[in-house]
Amino acid sequence: MSNFWSAWIIVLTLGLLFALIWLLRWNMKNYTDVDEGQEMDHEFDGIVEVNNPLPKWWTYLFWACFAWGFVYLALYPGLGKFDGLLGWKSSNQDVQSLAESRAAMDASNSEGSIVQYDREVRDAEEEFGPIFEAYAQTPIPELIKNEDALEVGQRLFLQNCSQCHGSNAMGGPGFPNLTDNDWLYGGTPHDIKTTLLNGRQGNMPAWSDQFSDQEITELANYVASLSGRERDPELVAAGKKNFAVCSACHGPNGKGNQQLGAPNLTDNVWLYGGSIAAIEETLHYGRNGVMPAWKDILGEDKIHVVSAYIYSLSNDE
Amino acid sequence: MSETLQNQPIEYNMKVVRQFTVMTIIWGIVGMGLGVLIAAQLVWPELNFNTPWLTYSRLRPLHTNAVIFAFGTSALFATSYYVVQKTCKTSLFSDRLAAFTFWGWQAVIVAAVITLPMGLSTTKEYAELEWPIDILIAVVWIAYAIVFFGTLAIRKTSHIYVANWFYGGFIVVIAMLHIVNSMAIPVNFIKSYSIYSGAVDAMIQWWYGHNAVGFLLTAGFLGMMYYFVPKQAERPVYSYRLSVVHFWALISLYIWAGPHHLHYTALPDWTQSVGMVMSVILFVPSWGGMINGIMTLSGAWHKLRTDPILRFLIVSLSFYGMSTFEGPMMAIKSVNALSHYTDWTIGHVHSGALGWVAMITIGSMYFLVPRLFNQKQIHSIKLVNVHFWLHTIGVVFYIVSMWISGVMQGLMWRATNADGTLTYSFVESVQASYPFWTGRFIGGVFIITGMLLMAYNCYQTIRAGRRETAAGNIVQTA
Repeated sequence: MSNFWSAWIIVLTLGLLFALIWLLRWNMKNYTDVDEGQEMDHEFDGIVEVNNPLPKWWTYLFWACFAWGFVYLALYPGLGKFDGLLGWKSSNQDVQSLAESRAAMDASNSEGSIVQYDREVRDAEEEFGPIFEAYAQTPIPELIKNEDALEVGQRLFLQNCSQCHGSNAMGGPGFPNLTDNDWLYGGTPHDIKTTLLNGRQGNMPAWSDQFSDQEITELANYVASLSGRERDPELVAAGKKNFAVCSACHGPNGKGNQQLGAPNLTDNVWLYGGSIAAIEETLHYGRNGVMPAWKDILGEDKIHVVSAYIYSLSNDE
Repeated sequence: MSETLQNQPIEYNMKVVRQFTVMTIIWGIVGMGLGVLIAAQLVWPELNFNTPWLTYSRLRPLHTNAVIFAFGTSALFATSYYVVQKTCKTSLFSDRLAAFTFWGWQAVIVAAVITLPMGLSTTKEYAELEWPIDILIAVVWIAYAIVFFGTLAIRKTSHIYVANWFYGGFIVVIAMLHIVNSMAIPVNFIKSYSIYSGAVDAMIQWWYGHNAVGFLLTAGFLGMMYYFVPKQAERPVYSYRLSVVHFWALISLYIWAGPHHLHYTALPDWTQSVGMVMSVILFVPSWGGMINGIMTLSGAWHKLRTDPILRFLIVSLSFYGMSTFEGPMMAIKSVNALSHYTDWTIGHVHSGALGWVAMITIGSMYFLVPRLFNQKQIHSIKLVNVHFWLHTIGVVFYIVSMWISGVMQGLMWRATNADGTLTYSFVESVQASYPFWTGRFIGGVFIITGMLLMAYNCYQTIRAGRRETAAGNIVQTA
């Protein structure tokens, strides 16, 4: 903030408050030429006004609020660039990136200044960090035997993951079901944790330019037949001819490739719907699936616990 | 037309007042009816019948626009045109412009009724209408300002009555707010983008939003209060000097209060602090208005027992006092941390909208309708009394439900377990709110029932007036 704008804010804020104080004082005296308690000498459609004094208790209330206002503006940031005597801030409002935010947080904590958000994060870390640190020592296949850990993991899941994957983790169109032991990127504890830490980007290209509508219908029928569904044999045979292009990612027999996140097309599990129309749409326009990276949001220890919860959904004893 | 000789009665323009009065009642029923419908949808979501234009998302802005701009603003047009003529002892500055404001404003409302259910929206709360309608609003509003201030300019009285200060302040500031907040770049006829972005956009929006409350729903209705309360009570206004202090303090403080809608956001800390300080101090002048209205009754308290119209007016002031105490409290950051984004806010808004704005309007309408349509009094005072109790019970039901659900939501959202995780997921707080949403719906049913009684009562009054006028029996009304 430049000095000009700082001064502008200060002058307007204090100017208004002092003007109101003047207004109150001015009206506490009887400046009219009518005695107190008497009617003013104008009348409007039969309405007259009495020159009663301001109620005393009401003026006290006004003074109290003014006094409080000045105290607040002295203690907290409000008057332009002036930081307030307490040095309180809600957060590091000027940071532009996560790195800057981290640096500012470290600085404010080491200087002992009151940045409310930083303090709350630090206090929470201090109090709750060790709990998750302890959980993180236990390998996931062991941790799923710990009921408490799974409960914590489920709560974290409900607050952070359920918006897409659903409260029961069974997903929805475009969002994988996490309970069916069918994995796009692998279902080992390590795979799950990697997915959570770094996120994933699933990309199915659009084929409208390469294939005609007829060819896409044929391909869709072939793909549907891979899960053992009854389709018109002619369409299936025609579609199979063009499947070579798809096999680059999905494999020659359509079993998919977890290295690429290419879905298995033979198991009748459909991320974007398994009707012919839905498969055609996928082929025409492609699909883009995004799983965000949670490393910077939850931290590795919490992700370990969430991973255990997700692993437990399809690996219960 | 306004050519009057000294002894002849002034020919007031009551036609435009009558038109706006009738539309106030009609739009009141439409707006509040929509409110009851969307309150029901929150309890029984299937009531949107899987029809896009019946969904909550589209009807909610229609409800807010209908009650604020159709019901509330029509009431302000009607009463300001009436009051300014009566207290300035002159007819309106321009009858043609006044007629234009009536038809122009109805066109705005009809455009809102069509476009909002279609899903056309700027997404700015209380300013959802797209740019062509915004331009029409600005034109009508400037015409309104010309009529109002023109009438003040040609007044036959030496002073300007305090009611007109409030009406005047409301007209000027709403013009400024509307034009600044609606600045947008059109993409086509039905789509535009705000010229502001980020935190500035949010700040401009809430500078507008809170002052729509402060000037349209408060200052304008204080103008109404300053005329209809002393008129109905037949008592002098309590304190001239109190009206001076609270007028200037109210309008100068309100304009700063917007940032309290953006506590703990990307808005700079200094803006949040200044907004909070001004919001808290604002509590005192707000109560100044309430005191001046209620104390106007001193010496006539007994009238409350027999006069339900006066009861509407005075209870509205009690709700005004209550919500202007609640508002500054909620503007305090640590209170706001609990109340923000919960139903408490909805309850607060409705204690203002249904308690203060609607009740002062209803009282004023019961005063106006017989006088405008050549009758000594309203068709049935008994029905006014029934309406009073239906409305009061409805409002209490509504705001108590929202207080409970609001505080409950706030507490559920902040509850944590021993491991620091949140105790409740969001959907659990939604589930816990259902009983209170049902309570709100029941309150709404009470209120809309009262409004329908009012429509019937006014209709009968107008019909009797018409019949007597046709029979040549003119009642002199002052």
